Amino acid sequence: MSGHSNYEPKNGFEKWLDERLPIIRLGYDSLVDFPTPKNLNYWYTFGGILAVCLGIQIVTGIILAMHYVAHVDMAFASVEHIMRDVNYGWLVRYMHSNGASMFFLAVYVHMFRGLYYGSYKAPREVLWLLGCVIYMLMIITAFMGYVLPWGQMSFHGAVVITNLIGAIPVIGPAITTWLWGGFAVDDPTLNRFFSLHYLMPFMIAGVVGLHIWALHVPGNNNPTGVNVKSKEDTVPFHPYYTVKDGFAISVFLLMYAAFVFFNPNALGDAVNYVPANPLVTPAHIVPEWYLLPFYAILRAVPDKLMGVIFMGGAIAMLFLLPWLDTSKVRSMRYRPTAKLYFFIFVIVTLILGYCGGQLPDNKIIPGLTTFQVAASDLNSVVWLSRLATAYYFAYFLVILPVLGLTESPLPQPESISEPVLSHSANAPVGAAASPEKRG
Amino acid sequence: MLRKGFALAALGLAFIGGPTLAATSQEEPKAVHWSFEGPLGKFDQAQLQRGYKVYREVCSACHSMNLMSFRNLGQKGGPFYDPEFKNPNDNPFVKSIAKDYQINDIDSETGDVIKRPGTSADRFPNPYPNEPAARASNGGALPPDMSDLAKAREGGAAYIYSILTGYEEAPKGMTVPTGKYYNPYMPGDVSGFWSLDPNKVPIGGFIAMPPPLAPDKVTFDDGTKSTVEQQAKDVAAFLTWVSDPKTEERKSFGLAVMIYLLIFSGLLYASYRRIWANVSH
Repeated sequence: MSGHSNYEPKNGFEKWLDERLPIIRLGYDSLVDFPTPKNLNYWYTFGGILAVCLGIQIVTGIILAMHYVAHVDMAFASVEHIMRDVNYGWLVRYMHSNGASMFFLAVYVHMFRGLYYGSYKAPREVLWLLGCVIYMLMIITAFMGYVLPWGQMSFHGAVVITNLIGAIPVIGPAITTWLWGGFAVDDPTLNRFFSLHYLMPFMIAGVVGLHIWALHVPGNNNPTGVNVKSKEDTVPFHPYYTVKDGFAISVFLLMYAAFVFFNPNALGDAVNYVPANPLVTPAHIVPEWYLLPFYAILRAVPDKLMGVIFMGGAIAMLFLLPWLDTSKVRSMRYRPTAKLYFFIFVIVTLILGYCGGQLPDNKIIPGLTTFQVAASDLNSVVWLSRLATAYYFAYFLVILPVLGLTESPLPQPESISEPVLSHSANAPVGAAASPEKRG
Repeated sequence: MLRKGFALAALGLAFIGGPTLAATSQEEPKAVHWSFEGPLGKFDQAQLQRGYKVYREVCSACHSMNLMSFRNLGQKGGPFYDPEFKNPNDNPFVKSIAKDYQINDIDSETGDVIKRPGTSADRFPNPYPNEPAARASNGGALPPDMSDLAKAREGGAAYIYSILTGYEEAPKGMTVPTGKYYNPYMPGDVSGFWSLDPNKVPIGGFIAMPPPLAPDKVTFDDGTKSTVEQQAKDVAAFLTWVSDPKTEERKSFGLAVMIYLLIFSGLLYASYRRIWANVSH
């Protein structure tokens, strides 16, 4: 998409088209000839996996929309009709519902990879920001999609989440009413959620286009975090990465298929197979697994408005990250202290996910009653969520800014090719890369 | 690294996706072996037929099953599937089952509300005309629709089996409300009805359904001994099939997909090794 192009039209037609709309050149430059660092590991295959996930969600979603009825009296039955009576409807629907989980699983791996290898640092800030926009759009799309089957969790989840907006002072309640299209979650809400759920994937696809564009300007980051220095450091995208990504995609699809065909409801909540009933609230309202960490942060804060602010803040941290991390060293391979804090951060997000699925008053250590702090027992899920939330924010606001100024990183290789070539004689070459110099 | 990552991710998923504890409590469902367990498991057609009979003679008095049509009983994988009748609407068994039901309809000549015998295409009729009627006949409780019951309950078939066989005498110190029955497998909170040590509240809850099964309540045509356990097991299997009648199609399709993807992954890996053979990385 930028820089020098090696494309040469092969025949008269390609030459004719190239002078009018260089679309084959665009494809050739970005998907065939694109110089890619040769040391990308499997963590880097998740971008391709995500593109496949988006494609699957859009295709299955369009087919589902052909059979789905967005009406409170018929939505639940229409989804069941898809699974019982439409030819291969069960396949399309289970691919779509499990596809959402797979999409989030892949995006989390993709984001953690970016965090670990410093892919958000200059000159890739815009690339990272676009990724954050995609992630936000994904959350909104997934939430609205979950409402569509109109089961118990769909309905009551929609009530809980839309009510959060009501916590915003002054304008909150008006926005909530406007979102609902009435004075409660009802038929107008379902209809607009369906409309927006159909629209937003195409917005995601658009931002994905920008994301890839922003990737192709500075080129890929790589596990060493060192810039590409020469042609020796890269290989053309095709066939080297088409085959590597292809293999990873195929393995990912194996796991995806294992869920779709053999355990299609394992990742969902059984209660959502009970048709929505506004008069009966489920014993325990929980979002899908991929939103549980945010739910835990929301509930960790005793005040509703502050909870909403913290939940939004958790995503805002991602947007600010490029300017919060002060280290010039991209890859945490060469930042042993940061690496330790990073792995704690990963565990903390998993703990938050666990907390989000539990009742706040549940005990962490069964049967042990300690003492009450801020109206909750210290040995409770809500306190664990508070500690984890504190670490989550501290990681972005304290650890990364301070660490970049105080840590002493390990020597970085001179180039991507260097660690490869120095496998046999490692010590002297590595030592040459001046340890005190950052970046 | 990659393998570790996947293992971690899987662990994380299992961790997060695990059973969530509610304020209510209940006994873990009993461990039962089912023929339809696992990626290769299939329904036992004789069991589905027995289960249907339990549904027909016991459950259907109060429980609707309104996502199911009679024809579903004769579709591939169903209790009365007969390879001779590819179109389940033609299956004589299904037709005769349908005919036994009276379906509400409108006479197209006169517009009068009439009852007519069912056809294969009809849905199972609701035992009550509407929800208030259903509640009125059951002490205020609504018997849940059974079409999705096995999918809509944590534990599925094992849960249904455990509820049906799990009724027991209420422990000393518990006051059971009128019209309710204590069942340790029912999610609930009985602390308000417990007069002894508040730290030792029994788990389980109250259910409005009286114990529905009894030995020999249903006579099985295949001569299977009609115990409560047998009836419960068969009807749980039947309801599992009802909640997802395409299970067998899904599993056999899935097996082919897995084999295809395994071979495809192998080929891609071989290509990957070959293409990258000359690149030091």
